[in-house]
Amino acid sequence: MATFLIPILILCPLAASLITFVSAGRMDARGIGMVACAGVGISAVISIILSVMLLSGPVTGVLQVTLWPWMHMPGFSADIAFMLDRVSMLMILVVTVVGLLIHIYAASYMYHDPGIARFFACMTLFVAAMLVLVLASDLLCLFIGWEGVGLCSYLLIGFWYDDPANTVAARKAFYMTRMGDVALLCGLLLLVTATGGSLRIGTVLAAVANGQLAPSGINMAALFILVAALAKSAQIPFQTWLPDAMAGPTPTSALIHAATMVTAGVYLIARLHDLFAMAVPVMALTAVLGALTLLMGACTALVQSDLKRILAWSTISQLGYMFLALGCGVWQAALFHLMTHAFFKALLFLTAGAIIMRAHHEQDIFRLGGLRHTMPGLTAAFVAGASSLAGLPLVTAGFYSKEMILSGVWSAHFNLTHGWTLSGPPLWGMALLGAFLTALYIFRCVFIVFCGKAGTGAAGRTSRLMSIPLGCLCILSLCGGVIEMPDTLLPLHLFSGLLDPTAVLSHTHQPAWLVMAGAGAPLAGLGVAWVLWGRSSPVMREIPGQAPVICPVRTGRGMDALYHYAFVQPFCLLAWLTRLDILNHAVTGTGLLIQTASARIFRARADFLGRLAIQATRMIRWAGHLLGLLHNGRVRWYAAWIAGGLCAGLAMAVLS
Amino acid sequence: MPAFSFNDTLLLATALFSVGLAGILVRRNMVFMLMSLDIMLNAAALVFVGAGARWHDATGQVMFLLILALAAVETAVGLALIVCLHAHGRPTLDADTGNLLKG
Repeated sequence: MATFLIPILILCPLAASLITFVSAGRMDARGIGMVACAGVGISAVISIILSVMLLSGPVTGVLQVTLWPWMHMPGFSADIAFMLDRVSMLMILVVTVVGLLIHIYAASYMYHDPGIARFFACMTLFVAAMLVLVLASDLLCLFIGWEGVGLCSYLLIGFWYDDPANTVAARKAFYMTRMGDVALLCGLLLLVTATGGSLRIGTVLAAVANGQLAPSGINMAALFILVAALAKSAQIPFQTWLPDAMAGPTPTSALIHAATMVTAGVYLIARLHDLFAMAVPVMALTAVLGALTLLMGACTALVQSDLKRILAWSTISQLGYMFLALGCGVWQAALFHLMTHAFFKALLFLTAGAIIMRAHHEQDIFRLGGLRHTMPGLTAAFVAGASSLAGLPLVTAGFYSKEMILSGVWSAHFNLTHGWTLSGPPLWGMALLGAFLTALYIFRCVFIVFCGKAGTGAAGRTSRLMSIPLGCLCILSLCGGVIEMPDTLLPLHLFSGLLDPTAVLSHTHQPAWLVMAGAGAPLAGLGVAWVLWGRSSPVMREIPGQAPVICPVRTGRGMDALYHYAFVQPFCLLAWLTRLDILNHAVTGTGLLIQTASARIFRARADFLGRLAIQATRMIRWAGHLLGLLHNGRVRWYAAWIAGGLCAGLAMAVLS
Repeated sequence: MPAFSFNDTLLLATALFSVGLAGILVRRNMVFMLMSLDIMLNAAALVFVGAGARWHDATGQVMFLLILALAAVETAVGLALIVCLHAHGRPTLDADTGNLLKG
């Protein structure tokens, strides 16, 4: 049954993608939307069935299916093989359910776009690639999905390719993630050498556990995989591509940020957490980079004025939380936050898309305003998403997942080499500051957009097809978190028990004020946001935006400029140098020189030989003439020659 | 006690040979050249005779008789050739004029 369902699960979106690709121009928009939603919907149903099957089995049960051997060589083999365990079960549920809601929304959102067939083909292909990624039990098979989501993100970010800015953004996303792909391939090749030719995840982890890989090899492999995950999940130093990825249609942004693409990096590290657990320095690096990213993302989001950009930077910041959790070894918390983040970020993006659509494509939050009067439903949805993102205590899903991360980070401890240690509390402090900033920036956005004086007039209504996914996501992002609670509140560990019943995260020994602090930071952020932006006059709000420090941050170009000078300019210089082609000139010059020399030598040789031949003939002619003179036919001369010769011979014989 | 020692005989033979050779090289008349040839042959024969006398061997005189016969034959053939040339209408006895083929 499972061997039949797992391929079907992947094939459904793939088939929908093929149908919509082929049918471009022959099917109306409604039909295309239905095909795409049906493809993803069947996957969602199948993934629920599979989850039930998996959960009804033993706790360590794994559904394996090997479709066909991909390549077999002496010393290396790879299969197209899939595996469903509890981690991938969670991922396929998130991908298909959130993906389905986004597809339903997009069917209405993109209804009037002429390229809807191409759009849905790419979207469903995106879902299929992500499913391959999370289900693969062979790392090379995972790499297919990894490349697939990269390709689909490129296609979708550059969906409106008429505008050069969009294609630039698409190329940027592709290049940045491509660096990670190269790193991932390097990591895989390193692992292959250790396992003796197999990239099965089980084999790899067993090889690492058995110590077949030297510690330095483990560190290198983990570092490469970490770089890959950083690039895919837009963490420092690869964070620049994600804000520009806003160039695509809003459902694409929701899909990239919530269900697919950026979560791939988190999933990869969570999947290989046994490998990372052996590489302590890489874990510490992961945690530090995650903490830095979450602070940087939050600070940048604080000064943005574009609604979608605020959400993009908040995604980077929230992914920073996940990497912090992964670095501290609490990968269950990272996956939990991934799930809740998928809910509330999809909700926020879809709501933002609906708002922007009704506000005549106005994205500047300072030109929007007072929307709570004109669109109360969307306001409620956005506020629900924002509270979940901020992690307002008790009532939102984000609170529980963030609390799980915070308690995990608090008890983390890294024993680095040479007596250097890194303990959890500083990282915890950064994460708490990040939680405060998160509440600050998202409620700044809420107060500016929905309160105050009315800005751009709103038009039309949100269609029912768009409202239903928003409603579902509202419920999920408010209530989706109660399956895991801090011990201080209630010892409920459904989620971590679901993932790994043998290692339930329990932090009973931690003081209660940690939870209080985690709950208080978002509330403080909300209060400060209310004081700063909720009740002040509109003129006051825009003043911080004029500060010179803020400008480069707000455009997000500071990092771009840095990369421009650090990488692009030297590369251009190199290209300019190679355009002159010094080597080619040198080679050509040498060639010319040799050609001239050889011509000279050839001519000299020909001259010498010719002269030699002429001399030889002249001498021979002369000798012949002499010999001819000898034969004058006169007997007396002949006699004289004979006598002379005889005399000479005798003389030689006698004298010598 | 011979009248001449072997050394004297060799000197005389050399002188005769030189005279003959010089005759051949210098004279253009074919009859004189034949005569000079005979002188050279006789010089050679004289060496044989002298050697026979020196070592008391009769072989030298036998060789002389052979050479005498050879010289007679040679002279006969040479004179016949001269006569033949003359019969073909050759007006002169000059050997240098016969340096061309066919004639």
